[in-house]
Amino acid sequence: MAIRQTPDGPIWRKRTTPQSIALWFGWLLLVLLFVLAWEAMTRNQIWAFVWDAPEQAADLFGRMVPPRWSYMDKLWGPLWDTINIATLGTLLAIVLAVPVAFLAARNTTPSPLLVRPIAIFIIVASRSVNALIWALLLVAILGPGLLAGIIAIALRSIGFIGKLLYEAIEEIDLRQVEAVRATGAGPAQVLDYGIVPQIMPAFAGITLFRWDINIRESTVLGLVGAGGIGLQLKASVDSLAWPQVTLIFVVILGTVILSEWVSARVRAALI
Amino acid sequence: MSGPAVLPDSASERTTRYPRHWRRPPLISNGRLRWAIYAGVLLYLVVGIGAVEVNWGRLSEGWERGLRFLGGFIEPDFVSRWDDIRAGLIESLTMTLTATVVGVLISIPVGIGAARNIAPSTIYLACRALIALSRSLQEIIVAILFVAMVGFGPLAGFLTLTFATIGFLAKLLAEDIEDIDAAQVEAVRATGAGWWQVLDYGIRSQVTPRLIGLSLYRLDINFRESAVIGIVGAGGVGATLNTALDRYEYDSAAAILILIIAIVLVTEYVSGWVRTRVQ
Repeated sequence: MAIRQTPDGPIWRKRTTPQSIALWFGWLLLVLLFVLAWEAMTRNQIWAFVWDAPEQAADLFGRMVPPRWSYMDKLWGPLWDTINIATLGTLLAIVLAVPVAFLAARNTTPSPLLVRPIAIFIIVASRSVNALIWALLLVAILGPGLLAGIIAIALRSIGFIGKLLYEAIEEIDLRQVEAVRATGAGPAQVLDYGIVPQIMPAFAGITLFRWDINIRESTVLGLVGAGGIGLQLKASVDSLAWPQVTLIFVVILGTVILSEWVSARVRAALI
Repeated sequence: MSGPAVLPDSASERTTRYPRHWRRPPLISNGRLRWAIYAGVLLYLVVGIGAVEVNWGRLSEGWERGLRFLGGFIEPDFVSRWDDIRAGLIESLTMTLTATVVGVLISIPVGIGAARNIAPSTIYLACRALIALSRSLQEIIVAILFVAMVGFGPLAGFLTLTFATIGFLAKLLAEDIEDIDAAQVEAVRATGAGWWQVLDYGIRSQVTPRLIGLSLYRLDINFRESAVIGIVGAGGVGATLNTALDRYEYDSAAAILILIIAIVLVTEYVSGWVRTRVQ
């Protein structure tokens, strides 16, 4: 806050003069960056494609409706695969993420200097790569199929579950841990009776949330060959079978809404 | 029924014997339901895992390939495809920045329109419908549609990310506006301020710090997504990565991944730092 003196008396202003100049330059920098970025991005753009985009959109829409409902017969199998990828991937992620979370939490890690940075690194590396990129790598390594999808979902979910879980572990009530330890419990018993019951609600919530996200992600993993309904999507897009694409979009949307409903119901029952 | 002489004895026993063991209550108290759920889970696991076809021959081949890929991480090759990688990264970064700026600019009116406490109900419904549409469609699906409309290249990516930004930012902004302190708005209105002035002095000043934080967070997310939507032809470093993997150039792919992770870490760190400064 600043007050500027004028002949007519002091005037209240929010910022001092240097502050407002700095702010103005900040905005100028942002605008400049934006213009430069826009220039670089559109340098090779063929604008003729863009100007007829509304026509293209109308044309595309015209070809997309009505959806080809008879194609549904071929979608039940891939849909089941998609749900399996999400569910088994989440289960695998739980198995891998729980130990990582305990190693990463400050109050349960065996060694804050040696083990904790490694666990944190695993979490960060897993989180910064999208499931689709993990799937791309795994398909190149393992070949196309469900297994690549499951492992891709699991690798991406380790970071998510691990991060939220280790934060939950760090926030537990230490008095309960101390009380359990005071009864003469060993380290494993302290973990079992003092820590685990406290993080169970958070754990259930995190897992369900991630399962929900994984259902969404697993619907598109097939685009890179990792199984599920995305395979059908890719085949339909590549062969320009737009009525089938519409049906797949509808199925994906329905699955996502259904999974959201299921996870909301289970969450209400558990927590 | 063994006679009255036994009864007082067992009663005294009952009062003096304290429980030596405690078992924690099960998660689901109804035993039958519990076992039904266990059985259902087991059945699902058997069926689900059984459905996964594992081609062991391919897997053992993959083992060698996986090792080669890990080798690529130890010796990433930044040089031989550097021109492609640089072009991809520039596309990703420019897409991210422009899409975030335009997305934020569009989200502000949409977010104001989607706040129940200040928008009339028709506008509220329209804005909420736009947000719901944007949130329920995945980036990659939107990207497929935009590529079909405007052709391959970063412009499709830019449109995709802008559209996704609107759903994310407008929703959170609208919720933030609904949560503001109404007393401040009333105070500004009591001075005789018009609608725009109430918006500027009563509402904007309350939500700006959070808006800046959310925009930076979205910048982060947009970069991550920009690395993905290239797979369907919407420009960016994802396309470069896809090509590198198709050519089995694992060392170049590893280099791209390392760059993506590094940029994500830097943007996350910087945006976290700015957010703590602003809020």
